[in-house]
Parts: sequence; C-alpha cells; structure tokens
Amino acid sequence: MEGLVLKVDKTVSGRWGRFTLQAEMDIPFGKCSALFGPSGSGKTTLLRIIAGLDKPDQGTIVFNGRPWVDTENGIFIPPQKRNIGFVFQDYALFPAMTVEKNIAYSLPARCDTDVGYYLKVFDLVGVRKKLPQTLSGGQKQRVALARACARQPTLLLLDEPLSALDICMRRDLQNELLRIRENLGITTILVSHDIAELFCLATNVYKMAKGSVVSNGTPREIFQSRTDCLELTAMLLEKKMQGVLCLATVAVGAEVSTLAISAPEAAPLVPGDLLRISVKAFNPVVTVLKND
Amino acid sequence: MTIDPTPFILTIKLAAITVIALFLVGMPLVCWLFFSKSLSSLIVRASIHLPLVLPPVVIGFYLMVFFSPSFFVGAFLAKWFHLQINFTFTGLVIGSVVFNIPFMVNPVLGGLEGLSPSLYEASFLTGKGKTATFFKVLLPSVRPSVFTGCILTIAHTIGEFGMVLMIGGKIPGVTKVASIALYDEVESLNFSNAHFYSLILLGMSSFLILILFIVNKRFARIC
Repeated sequence: MEGLVLKVDKTVSGRWGRFTLQAEMDIPFGKCSALFGPSGSGKTTLLRIIAGLDKPDQGTIVFNGRPWVDTENGIFIPPQKRNIGFVFQDYALFPAMTVEKNIAYSLPARCDTDVGYYLKVFDLVGVRKKLPQTLSGGQKQRVALARACARQPTLLLLDEPLSALDICMRRDLQNELLRIRENLGITTILVSHDIAELFCLATNVYKMAKGSVVSNGTPREIFQSRTDCLELTAMLLEKKMQGVLCLATVAVGAEVSTLAISAPEAAPLVPGDLLRISVKAFNPVVTVLKND
Repeated sequence: MTIDPTPFILTIKLAAITVIALFLVGMPLVCWLFFSKSLSSLIVRASIHLPLVLPPVVIGFYLMVFFSPSFFVGAFLAKWFHLQINFTFTGLVIGSVVFNIPFMVNPVLGGLEGLSPSLYEASFLTGKGKTATFFKVLLPSVRPSVFTGCILTIAHTIGEFGMVLMIGGKIPGVTKVASIALYDEVESLNFSNAHFYSLILLGMSSFLILILFIVNKRFARIC
C-alpha cells in the first residue's frame, strides 16, 4: 500500500495534563496532509512518532508497504533508516556549521544535486558562509527547509515551517515549497496554525484536539463556514457600557475595531475572551493590498 | 641559585601528553555517557567523579598497587610485555589521565546537556548515527566546554603532587616534575629556589586561567 498508514496510541503530558494520543490516519502517497489544532493537542508528538524520535505505547506505522513500527511484533525502524526530512519548530540548525555545511551534511552519499542547487532554490547564496546564529528568523527557517529537502526524503515532516516569516516571505516560500513538493512528489505532513498556509499547501487536513483526530477532510471541508455569512474571530480588548449598549473594542488579526453590542449580551464578557463575530449580509468592497 | 629546568620541561611534557591522551580517551567516553541510558553508564558516570573527592594520594597509592609486580596486572605487564609502569614517566601519564578524567569529561558533558535535543535528532534524521552525530555536530557545538576541559586538565596536571609522588617517585629527569622539585627544595631549605619554582608555577596557572577566560569570552561573543 502506498502512502503512510498509522494507528498509534501514546500517553503524553500536554497542556491539559496527561492524556492519551490516539491517532488513525491514512495519508496518500505524494500528497500533503496537515495536522491542525490548538497547542498541546499532540500534533508535534504525532510528527515525532512518525519520524521515529518517540515510540508509541502501541500501534503500527506502515510507509509505502514497509512497516516502520509494529509494537506487537517488536518492529521499530530507527529514524536514520526512515529517509525523512524534518523541519523542527526551533530549526535545529547545527551552530558550528555554516549554512552551506548544514545543507551539505544532509545530502545523501550518492546524490546528483549539489549544495548550490538548494542554496539557489531557497535564496541562501548570499549567506552560504554564515553561521546559523547570525541569520534572521526567516533565513534560519529557509536553511532548515533546504536541509530537510537536501536529504531527498520520501516523507517530509514540517513542524510549523513558516511560522517565523513575515507575510511576503511566507507567501514566496509557500509557493516555493509547493513547487518543490510537486516536482519531487514527496509525501508531506505539515503542522500549522495558519489556515491560509493549509489551503495553499495541504490536500487533506486532520483536525486534532486533546490527542484525538476530531475530523478530517479537505481544507475547504474543514474550515469553510457552514453558513454563507462571514465569520471573524476576535479578541475582546475592552468594553464600555453605555446604557443599553456596550462599546466593545476588539482585535481582528492586526486590526482593532469598536463594535456596539447589546448590554445583556456583553455582560458576561471579560477582556481577553475570544469572540466569533458574524456578519449576516453585506456587500464587501475588495481591494488588493500591495505586498511590498 | 642554580635552577634545573628539567622539572619544568617534564611538567609541560606531562601536561601535553595527558591532555592529548585524555582527549582521545575522554571523548568516546563522553559520547557513550551522553547517549547511553543504561545502569552501567550511570555507575561509570558516578565513579569518574571519585578523583574530585578522593585525596589524590589515595588514587596514586591504588594505581601503584595495581601496577606493582605483586598484583596480577603489574605481573602480567611485566611478564608478557616487559613493561614497568610504577616509577616511570608512563606511570605518571596513566595516573595523570585517571586523576584528570572528571576535569575533562564534566565540562564537556555539561555543555552537551545544555544543547537542545533537536540538534542530535536532526542529525539522526539525516541518516547519521550516534558517533558521527557526536563528533561532527555535538562536539563542535560545545567547543568552549572542550577548551575548558583541556585547560582544567593542564592546570591540574601542573599542580598535581600527591598522586605523582606516589606512582612516579622523584627520579630526576624521569618523574621529578616541578611540584615535586619545589617540595625537595623546601625540604633542603633552599627557599630562594623554592620561591623561583613557586613563582613559575603560579605564573603558568595564572596564564592558563587568563587564557580560559579570554577564549570563553570570545566564544560567547561569537555564539
């Protein structure tokens, strides 16, 4: 069977104390699947189990028909033999090696592409001789991606790979990642909190909560609102009661706005609460923002 | 005042050989201690701390007994390899290596434990094993700790007395190092010579500590 098939259980400690991570997934070969969910829901642990960095308490992992883990039969293939490219949240760049050497370290022994190719693709030619600690967050992330791809992996695991980048660089690297992924046809599992990133990169999304997969489907199936109205998630910053109305100052993304809501509705709210704001009918005015 | 430079030459030679030997022996040991989760590694880890708490003369005494012809190890070395360890420069080197293990191993282990585990995990995921990961990724990442270990080893070798006297004696030109020469001068009431030896040893130790601070500060600025 092509792709990654897994069914694992592991007791882990997370944001909500100890819980059992229970995951069952069937990730098709050559596709990009994403793990989405709040912090502490077990996404990174699951990625580490797939990579072989953590062992499940029980279960099986089969990739392209080859068992990587089978707890019943005592099978555990170490991470070195799984041919995985992994981008860590903290990048894990080797501090004593230059950018060039970090990438070269990952190249397989017999390989027809050289470091120069990855330096060029990930726009790292100018910093090839620099040490990781002298790079910006975005450059570090690109080095981590380049190193993961240089391994020429059959499975690419990305733990929030674009989280430290600004929106322009994120868009550029998303497209680059998409192009590389499509060219190489690497099966990819991506952990991300960014819905736009998931829409761009993932064909399938597993939504996780408290260690379990609560739903899965295409990004559209998972994220599109079931109603036709526009829904925004906002954080309440402050509220001012004005008779029967309450003026609530909310943050929506990078914007701060003030809304008038009814006093009884506003009474239980306290600053810091997350609100879902729905607009039932409207005629949007759409303007393209310049990225530079 | 006539000063024999031989004890200083011997001391420097002993320190140089000890630091090289200890690096070659100590780094594979550190690699094993760092990655191993076995009980044996825990026992070894605890036992290499012994030289920190035991009087050096005790280590010297047991090493002397260990390599004496009346004990099977000494007898074996003498019979099959015609090797005598006690009261030779080789004996001094062995004693010095044993005595200095914690001073080399502990700073490096401490440095490694301060690194993020994702560093060696990332190396494993590129297909490299523990040994390659240790020598190519981890050890270069803790260069200041390795340097500290080397300097501490040299400094302790220069200053060691009890263990050196016990296993090496004080054979001029062979095992009579600077600290023992100083003791001899005091015993002979040659205080001017003793002052000279002391000042040179004080200068050497101060220089090493200064180098340690300068280099560590430089590493801190780079990293």
